[in-house]
Amino acid sequence: MDKFETLTGIAAPMPLINIDTDMIIPKQFLKTIKRSGLGVNLFDEMRYDDDGNEIPDFVLNKPQYREAEVLVAGDNFGCGSSREHAPWAIKDFGIRCVIAPSYADIFYNNCFKNGILPIALPQEQVDVLMKDAEKGANARMTIDLEAQTVTSSDGEVFSFEVDAFKKHCLMNGLDDIGLTMEKAASIDTFEAQASQSRPWV
Amino acid sequence: MSPKTLYDKIWDAHVAHEADDGTCLLYIDRHLVHEVTSPQAFEGLRMTNRTVRAPDKTIAVPDHNVPTTLDRANAATMTEDSRIQVEALDRNAKDFGIHYYPVSDVRQGIVHIVGPEQGWTLPGMTVVCGDSHTATHGAFGALAHGIGTSEVEHVLATQTLIQKKSKNMKVEITGKLRPGVTAKDITLSVIGATGTAGGTGYVIEYCGEAIRDLSMEGRMTVCNMAIEGGARAGLIAPDEKTFEYCMGRPHAPKGAQWEAAMDWWKTLYSDDDAAWDKVLTIKGEDIAPVVTWGTSPEDVLPITASVPAAEDFEGGKVGAAQRSLDYMGLTAGTPLNEVEIDTVFIGSCTNGRIEDLRAAAEILKGKKIAVKRAMVVPGSGLVRAQAEEEGLADIFKEAGFEWRLAGCSMCLAMNPDQLQPGERCAATSNRNFEGRQGRGGRTHLMSPAMAAAAAVTGKLTDVREMM
Ligand code: SF4
Repeated sequence: MDKFETLTGIAAPMPLINIDTDMIIPKQFLKTIKRSGLGVNLFDEMRYDDDGNEIPDFVLNKPQYREAEVLVAGDNFGCGSSREHAPWAIKDFGIRCVIAPSYADIFYNNCFKNGILPIALPQEQVDVLMKDAEKGANARMTIDLEAQTVTSSDGEVFSFEVDAFKKHCLMNGLDDIGLTMEKAASIDTFEAQASQSRPWV
Repeated sequence: MSPKTLYDKIWDAHVAHEADDGTCLLYIDRHLVHEVTSPQAFEGLRMTNRTVRAPDKTIAVPDHNVPTTLDRANAATMTEDSRIQVEALDRNAKDFGIHYYPVSDVRQGIVHIVGPEQGWTLPGMTVVCGDSHTATHGAFGALAHGIGTSEVEHVLATQTLIQKKSKNMKVEITGKLRPGVTAKDITLSVIGATGTAGGTGYVIEYCGEAIRDLSMEGRMTVCNMAIEGGARAGLIAPDEKTFEYCMGRPHAPKGAQWEAAMDWWKTLYSDDDAAWDKVLTIKGEDIAPVVTWGTSPEDVLPITASVPAAEDFEGGKVGAAQRSLDYMGLTAGTPLNEVEIDTVFIGSCTNGRIEDLRAAAEILKGKKIAVKRAMVVPGSGLVRAQAEEEGLADIFKEAGFEWRLAGCSMCLAMNPDQLQPGERCAATSNRNFEGRQGRGGRTHLMSPAMAAAAAVTGKLTDVREMM
């Protein structure tokens, strides 16, 4: 997995609440058996018209946001389907960090498994960063995972919370499965006990 | 011993390892797999030379993009990319030696219907699947939730999941439901009350007389939509109805093991003085038959209400409501029961079980549909067979419904069952998101009886007027 340490980049504003994973990547793109290549279809139904032409008004189609690496959005980002194609598409587009007041649970976890940092900040602070993002390509935000801070283009600094274990894995690009396999002995012991106490499982 | 909730009890029985910061390895008893969210996980195993740790606890069934038309045995009914996914599942099930119900098997169906039906889902278990509606299995008092594909790979390789404990939320539905009000109305009303993020960070236990009174099918409908309220999982404590449902199922324990299981299952309830982080109480008699008007499952109103105006809401919801109204093509102030419907879809893991088909058939008996098209997609081949045996299939067909084979179908429209832009659908599924049932399609969620009523009148309809 890719490491995430610091990032300075363009932030795209999407001031919508309840952005669901069907919006992020519509189901017709779930038929792949690969993880890559979904970036062109990120937000497909908002991004292209029926003939497949770009809708110029959509934020990621605007020249100043085509290279965005951060997305600033409304409450309850990533709700709905558990599809990991959503973070795959976000990552494949080039976005490494999402900032929103809150996230749906499964999406939030899926981000960390794919080298994306989802940052939750209070609504007022997201409002400030949304305004900052609206300034366009010159307004670059800086995210420092080690220090747990977001710095706006004006130099305003916001601190965020992140689970220590998740932070450690993201900063070091660690693979969860490898880490868990180091605890194989605990799993063996648990399994042996459970086969006694709950043999019907 | 300190008092515990049902969630606490199941959680404690499955912690295989706990780190100092509270991060746990939770042991997984049942891993359900379908064709859409698993190919990359199996690919990951192959790339790292890993195997499936517990193939006997892993069950796969294709459901999301299989055709539901009667001619589906013909490979040409499937699009190239769907066929590739189903074939990948066929191959992965075989290569890794996991239980499998292929499309040709009468037991095939929606993974969340097949699991309970075959007795894979039992009280006190941990159940996961790469699908958010895994919450369905919570109806058995099993801790069940959706996971992403990386986690699917993690469970395949280690039979555990890295988890932190959620908080406990109690949703109590007191008293009795009024006639015409169903499990679907309960679960939609709860989401209407909490919002789609109201359950985020929690595991919800549903309790109270109205929940106890529900059949297992109804309880599955309630838990199915826990995720739409943002909760990690929904739970209902097992009772006699649960045990009776499980008994004799192909993969349920038998004989002495059944007795041993029962001894433990009977301890699976929240202790009287258990602590709750959040409580919501709704009176059963206050719940009306409801429909959704917008593009979020929290956009719920009684069928007797009118389409709201964007200004009725606050904060970020004003813009969202306006966007919903525009998308749904609705005008504020229109009585909901005047909204005309083009299509009716009865099915999905929310409402594709035998009881759902019975409730819809009850309304449709001797009547004809007044919509352009209507389809019933049973949740599994066995539900379909039973409905045929009970004569329900004939009622649907005579009314003008298409009688399909089992699968997810128009719930997410990955197969050819899709709405056209602007087409308005009364659906028994669980998501009314923009484009969910087809690009530009407009979805109103409701119970099977309400959907049947809408099919008959061609409008959103209060089912109580037809009872
Ligand atoms: S029926 Fe719908 S919600 Fe249920 S598993 Fe299938 S696609 Fe998901």
